Amino acid sequence: MEILQYPLDGQTLLRKKLKLKKELSVRPELIEKRIAVLGGSTTNEVVDQLELFLLDYGIKPVFYQSEYAQYWQDAMFGNPELDAFAPDVVYIHTNWRNVTAFPTTQSSKEESDRFLAEQFTHFSTMWEKIAERYRCPIIQNNFDRPNYRLLGNSDISDHRGRSNFLFRLNQLFYDYADTHNGFYINDIDYLSAAYGLETWGNPLYWNMYKYFLCLDAIPLLAKSVADIIKSIYGKNKKVLVLDLDNTLWGGVVGDDGVEGIQVGPEVPMGQIYSEFQRYVKDLKSIGVLLAVNSKNDEANALAGLNHPDGVLRPDDFVNIKANWDNKDRNMVQIASELNLGADSFVFADDNPTEREIMKRAELGVAVPVMDKVENYIRTIDRGGYFEVTSLSSDDLVRVRMYQENAKRQVLEKSVGSYDEFLESLEMKATIRRFEPIYINRIAQLTNKSNQFNLTTLRCSESDITAMADSPDWLCLYGKLEDKFGDNGVVSVISGEKQGAELHMRLWLMSCRVLKRGMEDAMLDTLVSDAKAQGMEAIVGYYYPTPKNGMVKDFYRNMGFALVSEEENGSTTWRLALDGYVPKGPHIQIQR
Amino acid sequence: MSREEIYERLNAVFRDVFDDETLTVNDSTTAHDVEGWDSLRHITLLAAVEDEFDIEFSMGQTVSMKNVGEMVDYIEKEA
Repeated sequence: MEILQYPLDGQTLLRKKLKLKKELSVRPELIEKRIAVLGGSTTNEVVDQLELFLLDYGIKPVFYQSEYAQYWQDAMFGNPELDAFAPDVVYIHTNWRNVTAFPTTQSSKEESDRFLAEQFTHFSTMWEKIAERYRCPIIQNNFDRPNYRLLGNSDISDHRGRSNFLFRLNQLFYDYADTHNGFYINDIDYLSAAYGLETWGNPLYWNMYKYFLCLDAIPLLAKSVADIIKSIYGKNKKVLVLDLDNTLWGGVVGDDGVEGIQVGPEVPMGQIYSEFQRYVKDLKSIGVLLAVNSKNDEANALAGLNHPDGVLRPDDFVNIKANWDNKDRNMVQIASELNLGADSFVFADDNPTEREIMKRAELGVAVPVMDKVENYIRTIDRGGYFEVTSLSSDDLVRVRMYQENAKRQVLEKSVGSYDEFLESLEMKATIRRFEPIYINRIAQLTNKSNQFNLTTLRCSESDITAMADSPDWLCLYGKLEDKFGDNGVVSVISGEKQGAELHMRLWLMSCRVLKRGMEDAMLDTLVSDAKAQGMEAIVGYYYPTPKNGMVKDFYRNMGFALVSEEENGSTTWRLALDGYVPKGPHIQIQR
Repeated sequence: MSREEIYERLNAVFRDVFDDETLTVNDSTTAHDVEGWDSLRHITLLAAVEDEFDIEFSMGQTVSMKNVGEMVDYIEKEA
């Protein structure tokens, strides 16, 4: 919904929240998440606004709110209501007003350090308790700047200053975040600065209503928290699709020629486009895929992208559509070639008409308002489309993998039969029990995979660790490499043992390795491991969603027998292990 | 701004905040007369009124206003 996109109109979001909630609640495909908001101040408006942003991201939140300012008690001593609630996410909404002791002007450095350790322990013991009790992701506000600077400019540098104290406390929070999976900082220090600290911290709201920030800023805060949550649950955008003329450079390359377009350090207009190109290239480095969708002759488009002063080059893009087709048609084409849903795309185009066409095509593409080149970076950066909650090693090499895929497509066309093609790929799979270094990637896959995903069970890192540690589960991940490169972890399966049956709660695979026989390799391995553990049968489940139709008959094709079928299309399948004949795909399996 | 004009805009604010297209308020309307007007919604309402008329209620006023009429008196004076 456009009103929930940057730049936010906080006033309207507050005033019309009831109506907006009604409109958003009727959306299809909402996934339910249970969110505990533990506040050190009033949280009601925070929860109302958070609900709007999460609904817009396809998440239907159910909330628990601690009693006023009871965040610490709830977490530390437990609370039957919160236990029964069983949160999927805990958000701790605190700010500098919840710091109970600051150094005074009389404090020695040692005393300040001791205060610091005490305040940090107050929070860190609480996080440990939450992690132990609820095994779920924790989102924690850092600290904004206090309401006055007693020591003036020295307040930030002198250990007795509150500003300095909060700065150091923040650093301890960051160190903790850096060393703990499933712990995320909501950066209100940044938000308050970007919003304007004086308005943000208007003391009227604290003294009247016990909100530590002004009401109009709450939507901004809520969006920030919602961005983290949707990123944890794999709802980030994946691809930035860019127009060229007046988006990546100034001018029209078809009319002005390569020498006539503006990019590079010579003129201010060129500089600002270079800065934007640099930003886009940086996005690539966090795993965002780049594509072009431009009305241009391809030769002109490529010439523009090869401009000597440009930052981006044609091989930075995984797909380039430069033609005279409608852009919504191109978008559908790009989605199908990349095997991704168009709803994971962001479309950046300076032309309001093209943006309007894209919106009306209702492909689920996010369409930020790219209205002035000086605002381009901010519009995308603050849009939160690519919020980073974990940079798995796969994110960092994703672009290369998509490029290797293009090479495989060329090879496929050049060999005689498909079997020959598979053989020529020289594939090697590593299939093993869940290992700590892949927990992050495995959790990410359970949240990101929509198409080749039988149960769409979404798991946090804590869920995955719990499965991996339990003797009642049999969990396997699969990595696939071939002569063109390493695809990384591409398949995850996990079954729960009940008697002599293994019930498959997770079975998914990344679409980038479709039709390579990886699913055969996974089943062969699963069967041999299950037999070794005394299992006699594997029971598979398929739960239909609007996106996983491609695996409707997966179990049938793998040789399972249909056990039952529900009215909603859910099916249950069974495979007896006795007499199972290995599929033996063209893959060398390493254990 | 005339009281009439103020009421026209104020009613629009009330209708949004309470999501009720039929709602109309007058001088004597109090929180008891409007469904959903609790202390939490009151905060949203005051913020929306401030934004609509580009005014700021001071600490004292937010607690002392007894009915909509007193709110309009203040808007009349400030806006």
